[in-house]
Amino acid sequence: MIDFTEAQLDRYSRHILLKDVGIEGQERLLSAKVLIIGAGGLGAPVALYLAAAGVGTLGIADGDNVDLSNLQRQIIHFTKDISRAKVVSAAEKIRALNPDVKVNAIQEHVFADTIRDIIRGYDFVIDGTDNFAAKFLINDACVMEDIPFSHGGIVRFTGQTMTIVPGQSACYRCVFTAPPPKNAVPTCSQAGVLGAVAGMLGTIQAAEALKFITKTGTLLTDRLLTFDALTMDFRKVTLHKQSHCAVCGENPTISALVDEEQAVCDFKNSKGLHATH
Amino acid sequence: MELKVNGEAKSVSADPLSISDLLKLFKVEMPDMVSVQLNGTFVDRPTFGVTLIKDKDEIDFLYYMGGGQ
Repeated sequence: MIDFTEAQLDRYSRHILLKDVGIEGQERLLSAKVLIIGAGGLGAPVALYLAAAGVGTLGIADGDNVDLSNLQRQIIHFTKDISRAKVVSAAEKIRALNPDVKVNAIQEHVFADTIRDIIRGYDFVIDGTDNFAAKFLINDACVMEDIPFSHGGIVRFTGQTMTIVPGQSACYRCVFTAPPPKNAVPTCSQAGVLGAVAGMLGTIQAAEALKFITKTGTLLTDRLLTFDALTMDFRKVTLHKQSHCAVCGENPTISALVDEEQAVCDFKNSKGLHATH
Repeated sequence: MELKVNGEAKSVSADPLSISDLLKLFKVEMPDMVSVQLNGTFVDRPTFGVTLIKDKDEIDFLYYMGGGQ
């Protein structure tokens, strides 16, 4: 039982007013630990909303420094932060926003030999990475460590997300099996992304984390949500856990993590999201 | 045949029609960047060319999206 201060009752009053959250939900948030992998386009809005919500411990893992070209979308970093480590920049904003939050700044990229140690102990993980190698690694590690997580991907004007509860719902590999062939994928910097699309998708991921922690509503499990900001069409595709999935199926063939060759993050024809004509 | 493709009703005259044919028909330029669900089951990529679609099938194209930073 947390003894809320007057300031906390005030700070979190709009949560406490929600009958599905209330004092109990806010206590859960203050006791929760969420790890955000990638302090970029997705990680930035996630970190700000989870910090504002009073998630008690936020881990942020990212090995990059802030670049001028990041600022069009990575709203946790400011012009003054250029060349600083992203985790240092993000931690500073989180602490300024909400001193209730303890920040674990992990200044490294995740790799096969480190990720399980990094994610262990967290209640929920956010995939805010920009490459398929990391996305599959996060999926497999979270399945192995039995930690729920939110997958997120964006490109150009489109985004996709789903929440994975290992052992219960379809995992990322159930849907996408393996990273796409490297030669099919042009680089992120060639593709471009509308900054606000990162905010839209990241905010959905943050809401899923808050729902999971407060045990509120229905998670985005067994459904892949995709949207196209050009038309504002949103679509949910129902999916099922695949019994032959290589990592979460009945006879998994993946028992150890490996670093996939770094495939980059995009495909040529983003207008084909709905692929109708 | 009458299909539901990405949630929308579509009428397609070609028959037989494989997953690969359908991807071409719907102008999916990079089939390597799409995962295909046929009536709720994911189709193994190597069998796209030999998996035939029949009347009333429901097909979803799910695109890989790798961005995030």
